[in-house]
Amino acid sequence: MDVLTENFSLYGEGFWGTVKLTVYSSLLALGVGVVMAGFRVAPVRALRVVGTTWVTVLRNTPLTLLFFAMLLGLPRFGVALPFELFAVLALGCYTSSFICEAVRSGINTVPVGQGEAARSLGMTFGQTLGTVVLPQAFRSVIAPIGSTLIALAKNSAIAGSFSVVELLSTYKTLSENGYSVVWSFVWIALGYLILTLAISALFHVLERRWGVPR
Amino acid sequence: MRTSVPSSGTTAARGALLVAFLLAAATACGAAGSPPARGPQPGELPHYAVAEGFSLPSSSTWRSAHRRGKLTVGVKEDQPGMGEKNPATGEYTGFDVEIAKMMAASLGFDPDEQITYKAIASANRETALQNGQIDYYVGTYTINEGRKKLVGFAGPYYIAGQRLLVRQDEKHLKGPQDMAGRKICSAVGSTPLQRIESDYPRAVAVAYDSYAICVDNLLNDQVDAVTTDDTILLGYAAKDPAHLKVVGRAFSEEPYGIGVPRQDRALARALDKALTARERNGDWKRAYEATLGLSGRPAPKPPRIDPSLTR
Repeated sequence: MDVLTENFSLYGEGFWGTVKLTVYSSLLALGVGVVMAGFRVAPVRALRVVGTTWVTVLRNTPLTLLFFAMLLGLPRFGVALPFELFAVLALGCYTSSFICEAVRSGINTVPVGQGEAARSLGMTFGQTLGTVVLPQAFRSVIAPIGSTLIALAKNSAIAGSFSVVELLSTYKTLSENGYSVVWSFVWIALGYLILTLAISALFHVLERRWGVPR
Repeated sequence: MRTSVPSSGTTAARGALLVAFLLAAATACGAAGSPPARGPQPGELPHYAVAEGFSLPSSSTWRSAHRRGKLTVGVKEDQPGMGEKNPATGEYTGFDVEIAKMMAASLGFDPDEQITYKAIASANRETALQNGQIDYYVGTYTINEGRKKLVGFAGPYYIAGQRLLVRQDEKHLKGPQDMAGRKICSAVGSTPLQRIESDYPRAVAVAYDSYAICVDNLLNDQVDAVTTDDTILLGYAAKDPAHLKVVGRAFSEEPYGIGVPRQDRALARALDKALTARERNGDWKRAYEATLGLSGRPAPKPPRIDPSLTR
């Protein structure tokens, strides 16, 4: 207990860092993921290639390697960004490939007739996707997107090794200052639980509201 | 509108090609920036006389090591000059490793045959000693109040100090007073990093998991200095003297001790006695000259053993 009370600001900073990383990366992942899902079902071949490549490369690269490539590789080509931004980019792009696949599987649940009907009304590809297919697709993939974002929250711990303030790396400071590692970890675990349970609750509400009852 | 994408062999192949390209690019830039493996190579390491018929029945650690026939010693594996593992041969070298060897010899174990080394990262040192995974730990282990509550210490056997490692062409960063607005790199959570954050708030602290990444960043102009104990910095400077140098005065005092299980005072006392003997017979100085001394800095006087640690 002493570990928490005596280092409350350290834990607070770490927790806040993890929350920020999770929120920003989630927004990036959702945005890019949906766009890439659109690319993967687009009638234009070039777009499909871009979507497939994006997913293949990012989903199959270990996240730590992606961090190394971004934080140590990009500056060599003159791209120097703040560490937090690098971390959000790495986490967001990595997770976007999983979001993309979840959304695409949702698109596949929408009957082909829906798209055909929209097109026969004269809708463009963008209109069909945006107003007919995606709204239906989303409703069937709320649960897997929730799981992906929970995984994102926990993956954000990797950023702590790359000069980003986040929850897990607080244990290094505490251990250095002579606190018991076990208790440091108990409070860290609690912090992650708060965050992941909040995401679970949010997606539970979304599912109750918009989920497709079958 | 297509609602499904047919699996296409060509797009998959293209993806694979791109992956291959990215990996090639990643390895290529890694090779360009990695510090060259030159500088002093450990050759003539001193040999330490093994104490014949040594016995320490009052120490439970010594008893179980004696029964096993081997000592398990915790060391660092990524600190040139202090404790570094040769990835090719698996051998450990450095001043800390030499201290570990002479201590083993004094406890009646053959340093070449009867030591099992275990690389333990800083954050896991206390746990490793408390769980009995190692018998003692020699690895840039600063004696401080917080740690004294968790583990026992013998020594100190060396006094280090926090200093700055900069690029050879650095003109303005000459010591801690010039750090304002500069990027200073150290290990996540480490005492040197905490000192930068609390005592020098105008410096920009950058934290990675290992000093090796910091040094790589320094060589690639991503940070302006690496800071930690001068022992570690001198090891890196000795490895690449054409590009790196250690500057400024030391702005902290780090007495290095040998970590032992907390309750085993008998072992700590035996190690203190052994250190005193090895400092007197010149083994300490020989060990320094074969390792840290290669950086060009002459051997300092060994610090006085602190008897209050084993009381």
